[in-house]
Amino acid sequence: MTRTVACALLLLALLTPPALAQEAPDAMVKRVAEDVLATIRADKDIQAGNQGKIRQVMESKLVPNFDFPRMTALAMGRNWRSATPEQQKQLTDQFRSLLVRTYSGALANYRDNTMEYKPLRMNPGDTEVVVRTEVKRAGQAPVQIDYSMEKVGDGWKAYDVVVAGVSLVTTYRDEFNDAVKTSGVDGLIKTLESKNRGPATAPTAAK
Amino acid sequence: MRLWLRTRQTSLAFAILVLTGCAAAPSRIDPFEPWNRAMFEVNEVVDGHFVKPVAEGYVKFVPEPIRTGIANFFGNIDDLFIGINNVLQGNGNRAGDDFGRVLLNTTFGLGGILDLASMMGIEKHNQDFGITFGKWGIEPGPYLFIPLFGPTTVRDGTGTLIRYYLGPITYIVNDVPVRNILYGVGYLNLRAQALEAESVVSTAAIDKYTFIRNAYLRARRYQVYEGKPPPEENDEGQ
Repeated sequence: MTRTVACALLLLALLTPPALAQEAPDAMVKRVAEDVLATIRADKDIQAGNQGKIRQVMESKLVPNFDFPRMTALAMGRNWRSATPEQQKQLTDQFRSLLVRTYSGALANYRDNTMEYKPLRMNPGDTEVVVRTEVKRAGQAPVQIDYSMEKVGDGWKAYDVVVAGVSLVTTYRDEFNDAVKTSGVDGLIKTLESKNRGPATAPTAAK
Repeated sequence: MRLWLRTRQTSLAFAILVLTGCAAAPSRIDPFEPWNRAMFEVNEVVDGHFVKPVAEGYVKFVPEPIRTGIANFFGNIDDLFIGINNVLQGNGNRAGDDFGRVLLNTTFGLGGILDLASMMGIEKHNQDFGITFGKWGIEPGPYLFIPLFGPTTVRDGTGTLIRYYLGPITYIVNDVPVRNILYGVGYLNLRAQALEAESVVSTAAIDKYTFIRNAYLRARRYQVYEGKPPPEENDEGQ
């Protein structure tokens, strides 16, 4: 049970974020999440785990709403500054691929979920907010999912997802830090590359 | 049966520990890291070869409504302990919901097989003895990875032992074979529920061991502090 709680939730997350002019961040999260959920519910191929189609939904609906360079910089922590611009670019690309792969594996199982959106606490002029949501699943306690969002131009982008108290960025900061310590920035890039080249772990069609 | 497995794992673990040596440096949150890592590897082998295939078969061959009924049945027992823990934490209203769920699901829900309470909007909560101890100010203590059980800490593991010692299957079901089957199905149910998360973690993690450990410890901290944990002492990493 502990294993379920700790991990399941961790990656239930990327179901969200933003893109229209002057749209409030919470409205944006809601629009994107509902759009993705509706797409999954309507598509039998996705529910059956068709990775190609899932990847397509991810790329078109989710990926544009995340600020991957910032996520990568945050996950690298102080190691970010010691990386060259070329390394930073490679890290960002690899981290982005890893996240897309990870979520592609899990996305098919979300059709039974419903989302609840908490009231947004935000002052006019804020450029950073946290949008709080709750995912409800039949017969299970709801899971809190918070999106850290930043204002980018007219819209908003997410730069962290916190699932049941577990921050994506913080989790990877530990992972990246350990990898850099043992094998340097290039070692980390190599590790990410080989992970991304390997076969994606097949999603188990639970539920 | 548990004990038998435990003994076998322990000797296997010793062998692996000796073979691999203790590579990782222990830390404050995980002073037994070399041992835990060995246990983790034992689990990868034992679980991967024996338990996981059975859990996958369970998901594949047992129809979903039956699996849901089984999950609800054990979830109903959990609700009883969730209620007890809400009482121990002074959350009267929440405990009321929990016991209400148990009453409703045990009677009209056919012994817990149907989760009528959820359908009626009485929400399930997330509580256990480990969280209660945490709220009482007890520190988690060293992290432990137990083969066939997963991540825990001294505090949380103690809570789990208390939980299973209290039953109630042990007291209600006197027939030993039936009781053992119930335990087996309960375990399979939990393992099957973890399949999805596990495949996600396998894709996501660079080091699966630390990934699971850190996620586990943070999730538990978050539960103990009811979603408002104080900042971590070492947020920037060492």
